[in-house]
Amino acid sequence: MTLRDAQVGQNYIVKELDLEQVIKRRLEALGLIHGTKVQLLNQNRKGDVVFKVRGTRLAIGDKIAASIFIEEVA
Amino acid sequence: MKDELQVGFVGNPNCGKTTLFNAYTGAKLKVANWPGVTVDKKEGAMKYHNHKFKLVDLPGTYSLTSYTMEEKLTRQYILEDDVDVIIDVVDASNLERNLYLTLQLIELGKPVILALNMMDIVEERGMEIDLHRLPEMLGIPAIPVSARKKKGLDILMHAVAHHNDKKMDNNLEHHHDIIEESKSSKHPHKHHKEFTVVYSDEIEDKIDMVSERLLETDPEIENVRWHAIKLLEWDEEIRKKYPVDLSGIINRSFETDIINQKYDFIEEIIEEVVVNKSKKEAATDKIDKVLTNQYLGMPIFFGVMALIFFLTFSVGDAVKGIFEVVLEVFSGLVLNFLVSAGTGELLTSLIVNGIIAGVGGILTFLPNIFILFLALAFLEDSGYMARVAYVMDGLMSKIGLSGRSFIPMLLGFGCSVPAVLASRTLENPKDRRRTIFITPFMSCSAKIPVYVLFAGMFFGEYASLAAFSMYVIGLLVGVLSAFGMHLFEKKQTRFAGNLLIELPEYKAPNARSILIYVWEKVKDYLTKAGTTIFVASIVIWFILNIGPSGMVDDMSKSFGAMIGRLLVPILEPAGLGLWQISVSLISGLAAKEIVVSSFSVLFGIANINSAEGMNSLVQILRPLGFGTLNAYALMIFTLLYTPCAAAMGVIARELKSTKWTLFTLLFQLGIAWLAATLVYQIGSLFL
Repeated sequence: MTLRDAQVGQNYIVKELDLEQVIKRRLEALGLIHGTKVQLLNQNRKGDVVFKVRGTRLAIGDKIAASIFIEEVA
Repeated sequence: MKDELQVGFVGNPNCGKTTLFNAYTGAKLKVANWPGVTVDKKEGAMKYHNHKFKLVDLPGTYSLTSYTMEEKLTRQYILEDDVDVIIDVVDASNLERNLYLTLQLIELGKPVILALNMMDIVEERGMEIDLHRLPEMLGIPAIPVSARKKKGLDILMHAVAHHNDKKMDNNLEHHHDIIEESKSSKHPHKHHKEFTVVYSDEIEDKIDMVSERLLETDPEIENVRWHAIKLLEWDEEIRKKYPVDLSGIINRSFETDIINQKYDFIEEIIEEVVVNKSKKEAATDKIDKVLTNQYLGMPIFFGVMALIFFLTFSVGDAVKGIFEVVLEVFSGLVLNFLVSAGTGELLTSLIVNGIIAGVGGILTFLPNIFILFLALAFLEDSGYMARVAYVMDGLMSKIGLSGRSFIPMLLGFGCSVPAVLASRTLENPKDRRRTIFITPFMSCSAKIPVYVLFAGMFFGEYASLAAFSMYVIGLLVGVLSAFGMHLFEKKQTRFAGNLLIELPEYKAPNARSILIYVWEKVKDYLTKAGTTIFVASIVIWFILNIGPSGMVDDMSKSFGAMIGRLLVPILEPAGLGLWQISVSLISGLAAKEIVVSSFSVLFGIANINSAEGMNSLVQILRPLGFGTLNAYALMIFTLLYTPCAAAMGVIARELKSTKWTLFTLLFQLGIAWLAATLVYQIGSLFL
C-alpha cells in the first residue's frame, strides 16, 4: 500500500520511495527512509496527506503520497 | 584570540534560529545579499565581556548536500569564509529531526556549539534532556537556551568565546564502541574516540581508501574525512572539485547508506538522552484538526483574509485621518514660513506642491501599510502560512500549481519583491516561473493609495467595495493567467506541482520578531518615500513646469504634457485618454504610489487624500470627462500593469531569462490595457 491509502491516526513503516531524485533527497534529509516510522495525521479529498515523521509534520501532494510505499505496523 | 570572532548561525527552518539571532542583534542589522544570489545575508555585531562578535544568520536548511541554494550557501560559507564558530540552533523539542544537520556540521570539522533552543517547550511538555550525556555523545558543548524568553543567551556566547580555538573536544564517549569491537570490527583504530559519527565497516574502509587517494592529489586538503564522505555520497560539487579516480573503491553512491547510518546514530542518541518523549499530544495537532479540516480549512482561511483587509482599510483609514491633519498643518506652516521668508514663487511651488504634496500624500498611508504587514507577519510567525499551502492545494492544483505557490501570492499582497523571492522555495523551475509570473497581479500595498484616492473620490459609500474588488480581480487575472500557461505547457514531469511542505508547530507569535519584521517593512516604505518618491516628485514637478520655451505657466505646454500626449491615443479606448494620466502612469513605473503623487503635483493639490483635497480634484477631473467609470478603469490598469522598477529588477534576476522577463512585463502591460478597455467599453454601454 502507499501513503495515499493510509488511515488517519494509524502508524506505518516506510518500505520504498519511488520518487524523482530531488524530492527523494528532500524527504531523505528529513529522515524519511526505508524503515522509518510514520503516522498519518490528515488527508483531504484530493488525496494530499499530512503525516508525522521523526517529530516533523509534513504535508505532501497526492502524487508523492502515492509513490511512498508503506506497511502497517503490526 | 582574534579581535573579532565570526559566528555563523545555522539551523533547520522553524527552529527559532532567527529569533535567537534577533535576540542578540535586535534591529541593528546589516542586510546584504549573499554574493551572486539574492538571498538575504543578515549580519549583526555585539560585544560580550570585551569580546567582539560578528554574527551571521544563514538561511535555514535541513541538510548540507548541494541540491538547493540554501544548502550550497551554508556549506560554502562554512568551508570557505573565515567563520570561527558555528552555533547550531536546534529545536530541542524535536531533536530527532534537528540532529541530522548537527551531525553534518560536526563532520565539516569547524568548532560547533549546539544551542538547544525552545527548552521552555521541552519543559512544558514534561520532557527532559540529559544535558550531560548529549555533549558526550556529540563531542561538542550543548547549551540550553530559550530565544523567546531570552534565557541562556550569555552562557551561549560564553561558550562561543571559549570554544573557538579548540579543535574538537576529545570527550567523545560512546557506549556502542565496546559492542562494535567485540564484534571483531576491523576498525578498532580509535575512530569512536575521534569522530562523532562512525559508519559501518564497509563504509569506514572506503572512507580510508578515498582519503588516501585524496591526500595523494592534494596533501594540503583540509578535513579529508569530510571530503571522502562527500565523494562516497557522489556529491556533485566535491566531485567536480576533486575529480580523483575512485575506480575500484566506489561503484555506486553510498548516500542512502550514509543517511541511514546517521539516523541510526540519532536514534541511539535520542534513546539515551531524551526522557519522557512527548508525553502530551502537541496542541498543534488539535488546532490542525480544525484549521486544516477538509471542509472548514478553506472557509476559515477566507475569513482570515477578509479580516486582514477589513483591518487594513477600516482601522488603517481611521488612523490615516490623524496623519492627514498633521500633514495639512505642516504644509500650511511651511507655506507661511516660505512666504514670510520671501522665498521665490517657483521654489515655494516646488517645495509645497512638488515635494510635500508628492511625498506627504504617500506618508499618510503608513497606518494601512503597517497593519497589512503586521497581519502578514502574524500569519508567518504563528505557523499558519504553511497550513494555507495545504488548504489551498486542491484549488491550486486545478491551475497546475501546488499550494506552496500560494505563499508567494499571499505575500504579494504586501510587496512583490519579497513575494517573488519567496517563490525560490519551489523546486520545480516551471512552477517557479509561473508563480513569479502571476505574483505581481496580487495587489501590493503600494497600490492601496491609488485605490483609496480614486475609490474615495468617485464611489462614495461603495469606496471600500470598489477597493476590495481590485483584490478579487487581481486574484482572478493571476489564476486565469496561470491556467493559460498550464494549458500551454502541458508536458509536465510526474511530480510537477505536487505539494511538499513542512507544517511547523504553532506558536504564539513572538512580539520582537514581528516588530522587527514590520519595522523593516515600514523602514523600506519610509526609505522609498524619502528617495524614489522624493526624487520622482521633483522630477515630475520639473517636467511639468518646464517646456520647450523655458518655465511655463500652463502645464499643458510642458515637456511632461508633450510626452503624455504621445500615449493618449493608446489609452483613449481604456477611458484614460488624458495626458495627465499618461504622465502619472509612466511615473508609476518607478513606484506605484507615485501615480497618486503625480496627481497631487499635476493638479497642485497639497493634501490630496483629505476630503477637501479629494473634492477639489473631483471638481477638476469631472469637467475633463473623467468620471466614475474612468476612475475604475484607472484602478484596474494600475492593479495589473507592469510592476514597479524594484519588482521588475527582482523578476528579471529570478527568471534569469531575458525572453521570459520581457514576456512577463509585456504580458502585464497588455492585460492591463485589455482589462481596462473591456471594463470601460462595456461599462460605457450601461452608464
